[in-house]
Amino acid sequence: MVKKMPKTDVVIVGVGWGGGIIASELTKQGLSVVGLEKGLERSTEDYYMVHDELRYALRYELFQDLSKSTLTFRSNEKKRALPMRHYGSFLMGEGVGGAGVHWNGQTYRFLPYDFEIRSQTVDRYGEKKIPKGMTIQDWGITYNELEPYYDKFEKMAGISGEENPLGGKRSDKYPTGPMKHSPQMKMFTEATKKLGYHPYTVPSANLSEPYTNPDGISRAACQYCSFCERFGCEYGAKADPVVTVIPVANKTGKFDLRTHSWVRRILHKDGKATGVLYTDLTTGEEIEQPADVVVITSYVFNNTKLLLTSKIGRPYDPATGTGVIGKNYAYQVVKGAATGFYDDMEFNNFAGAGALGVVIDDFNGDNFDHSDLNFIHGGYLALTQTGARPIQNNPVPKGTPSWGAEFKDKSLKYANRSLSVGAMGASMPFRHHYLDLDPTYKDTFGDPLLRMTFDFEDQDRELAKFTAKKARGILEEMGADHVDAMEELGPYDITVYQSTHNTGGVIMGDNPDTSAVNNYSQMWDMDNLFVVGASSFPHNSGYNPTGTVGALAYRAAEGIMTYSKKGGQLV
Amino acid sequence: MTKDNENKTSEEERISRRRFIKSSGVAVGGLAVGGVIGGLIPWRTEDNKQQRQAANETKNYNQALMFFSQAEFKTVEAATERIFPKDHNGPGAKDLGVPFYIDHQLAGSYGFNSRDYMEPPFFHGEKEQGYQGRLKRREIFRVGLRELQNYSHQKYKKEFSELSTEEQDDILKDFESDKVKLSTISASGFFNMLRGVTLEGLYSDPLYGGNIDMDGWRMRDYPGDQMNYLDVIEEGFKKIEPRSLRDHM
Repeated sequence: MVKKMPKTDVVIVGVGWGGGIIASELTKQGLSVVGLEKGLERSTEDYYMVHDELRYALRYELFQDLSKSTLTFRSNEKKRALPMRHYGSFLMGEGVGGAGVHWNGQTYRFLPYDFEIRSQTVDRYGEKKIPKGMTIQDWGITYNELEPYYDKFEKMAGISGEENPLGGKRSDKYPTGPMKHSPQMKMFTEATKKLGYHPYTVPSANLSEPYTNPDGISRAACQYCSFCERFGCEYGAKADPVVTVIPVANKTGKFDLRTHSWVRRILHKDGKATGVLYTDLTTGEEIEQPADVVVITSYVFNNTKLLLTSKIGRPYDPATGTGVIGKNYAYQVVKGAATGFYDDMEFNNFAGAGALGVVIDDFNGDNFDHSDLNFIHGGYLALTQTGARPIQNNPVPKGTPSWGAEFKDKSLKYANRSLSVGAMGASMPFRHHYLDLDPTYKDTFGDPLLRMTFDFEDQDRELAKFTAKKARGILEEMGADHVDAMEELGPYDITVYQSTHNTGGVIMGDNPDTSAVNNYSQMWDMDNLFVVGASSFPHNSGYNPTGTVGALAYRAAEGIMTYSKKGGQLV
Repeated sequence: MTKDNENKTSEEERISRRRFIKSSGVAVGGLAVGGVIGGLIPWRTEDNKQQRQAANETKNYNQALMFFSQAEFKTVEAATERIFPKDHNGPGAKDLGVPFYIDHQLAGSYGFNSRDYMEPPFFHGEKEQGYQGRLKRREIFRVGLRELQNYSHQKYKKEFSELSTEEQDDILKDFESDKVKLSTISASGFFNMLRGVTLEGLYSDPLYGGNIDMDGWRMRDYPGDQMNYLDVIEEGFKKIEPRSLRDHM
C-alpha cells in the first residue's frame, strides 16, 4: 500500500547544487518545496576528522554505495556491458549537498563558442570540419543570455578570481579577489607569459577572504589545508549547498527536506507529471509525493535513468539517431598532461586548496586556429596545487619500477620535487556514445541499472596529444630537469580515476527533435517537468562543469517561477 | 627495573600528562609549551625523538591478528617489505606496521567489499571494465598468499619468507607480470592489490595501524593533519613536524 502525502507546489529529486539552488530560489518567492535526497543529512561539524585520506579519498566516505546501485559499461555496442563494481574513473556523490560537497571548487564559465559550437565551427571551417558521427549542436542559448545567471551563481558562492583575458564578457567582477599564489604558481605564470600565453588565477569556490553573500550567508576564508577534492570542508570556506543555499531555503519555512528518500519513479498522467514515488530507506515504506511541478536534480546518470524507467520522453536509438533520452553522453579528456621533476628545487606540495592554481585558455575552445588540426575545441592547461596526499601521489620518472628499493627512493625524493601541468580537455558527443537501460543488471530495488556505451575517439586522441605537448613545453620553460608527458591516450578505462565530469543524456537545445529540454531545463514533452544539471550539456567543454550547472539551475528556477504563474512551454 | 615496568611507567606518565593538559583547561597545541603551563609539566624537556621512542616501547595492543593466520602474516611481512624495503631513507613496510594494517583492513568492510556491487551474473570482461570476479578481497588475498607459497616451493623449494630478497623479488615480479598462471584469480590483480594496500599502510593516518609514529609521513616530509598552511602557502619548501588525527581529539 503506497502512502500518499499532501500535495506540494514543487518536488525536487536530489538535493545537491541544482536542487539546493532551486529550493532556495523558489521558497524565497513563496512556493512550497519538498526536497527528496536518498543519502544522509550533512553539516560542517561532520568534518572534524576529515583530514583522513584513507577514509574519504580511498574508501569513498561521501560517495554513493555501489552495492545498492551502480551502472554498467561497455566500449561499444558489440560488447557485453558489465557493472562498474568498484569506483574508478568517476565518483558519484550522495547525501545532502551531493557532489557539491566533495568538489574542488574550480568554478569556470564556458566560452561563448561552446553555446554555438556547431554554427561557429561550420562558419569558420566549413561543414567538413565536423567528422562523421560527431553530434555537436548549439545549445539553444547564447553565452550573453546565460551571463546574468553565471553572475548570480558566482555571487551566491563568493567565487574568488580575476578576469579571464580570453573569456566571455563579464557584467561584473568576481565577488572576492584571487587566491594566494605559491612559488610554483608564480613559476607557471612567468613561463606561460614568456611563451606568449595569457595566465590567470583559477576561479575558486574556496574563499580567498571572508565573504557575506546577497542572501546574507557569511563564510570564513580558506585555510589552504589541502583537503578539498573527495572531502567536505570543516571551515565552510569551500562553497557547497549545505553552507550556502540550503540554509536559505530552510529559513523560509517553506522547504521540507527529506533524507533517506530514494525516488524510484516520476508519476505522470496524460502528458503531465503528477508527482514522484519514493522509498523511505529507513522503513522500506513506499510513498507518493504529489506535486504541481517535478524537478529532477540528481546526478547525470540518475537523471537519465529516472526518465527511462518512468517512460518519459523518447528514448535515444543509436541505430537511427532518433529519440533524445540518453543521447550525447560526454566526458572529459584529462590525460593529455605532463609532470616535471626537479633535482634541486623543493615545493610545499602537501599544502594547497581544491581550486588553487593558475590556468591558460590559449588552447581552449576556438581560441586558436584549428585549420591544420584533426580535432575541434581544446582545453585549459593549468598548474593546480590541490594538496598532494601521500597514498595517491607518488610521481616517479618514467622507467622507474612501481615498487621496491628504487621506487621507494625516487618516490620519497620526488614527493616535493615534482610539478604537473594538467589539461581539462573538452569531450565531443558521438552518435554511438549514449546511455540506456541495462538488460541484465538491477539495482537494490530490482530496477535496471543504467548502461553506458562510450570510448575515446580520434578527436580525443589528437586533442590529448596536443595538450600533452603544450604541457611539456610549459614545464620545460619552468626549468624542470626532466619531463614526462602522456604519449598515447589509449582506450577509455573505467578503472582509472579521471574526472567526475560526466555530461549529457537529457540535453538542451532549440529543437524538440534533437533535444530533451529547452533552455530553462523544461522538458519539451512534459511542461511541468524540469531536468537540471550537467545532464543537459549537449557536449562537455574544456572546463570544470559546476559553474555552468549553477548558472543553468538559476535559469531553471526563474523558468519554474514563470511556469507556476502562467503554465505552458517557456520557449 | 624490568622492561615491563619501564613500559608501564612511561604509559602512566603519558596518560597523566594528557590528563593534566586536559584538566588545566588551557588549549595546549603541539609541543611548544612555554610560560607557566610549560613550567608545570615536568616532561617538557624531553625532545621529540625521546618521546617517540618511549611511545614505541609501549606495548601496542593493536598489533595482533584479526584475519591472517600466523603463516599468512609471515608471508605478508616478507612481501610488503620487498615492496617498500628498509633502507638509508628509513623504515620499511614491516617496521611501519603495514602487515598489521592490511590484516585489519581485510577483517572489515573493505575485505568484505561491502560497498561494491557484487551481484551476479559474473562474466569475464575487458580490462577496461574492471574487476568482474565473484571473490571478495579477503578471499582473493587468501588465495593469492597460498599461490605465492606454492610458487615459492615450486621454484625454490622453500617458504616465501625464507627466500633471499632477490628470490622474493623474482617471485613477486612473476606475479606482477602474470608469468604465473592461476586458475582462480589474476596474479597481477593480486599483486596490484598487495601494492595498493601497502601504500595505504605506509601513508594512512596512524589510527589504522600502519605509518607507525608517522614515520611514513616523516620520510617524505608530509606533515599529515595540519589545520592550515596559511603561513607557508606563499613560501618555499618548509619542513613541518607532522600531526595525526590523534592530535585532534
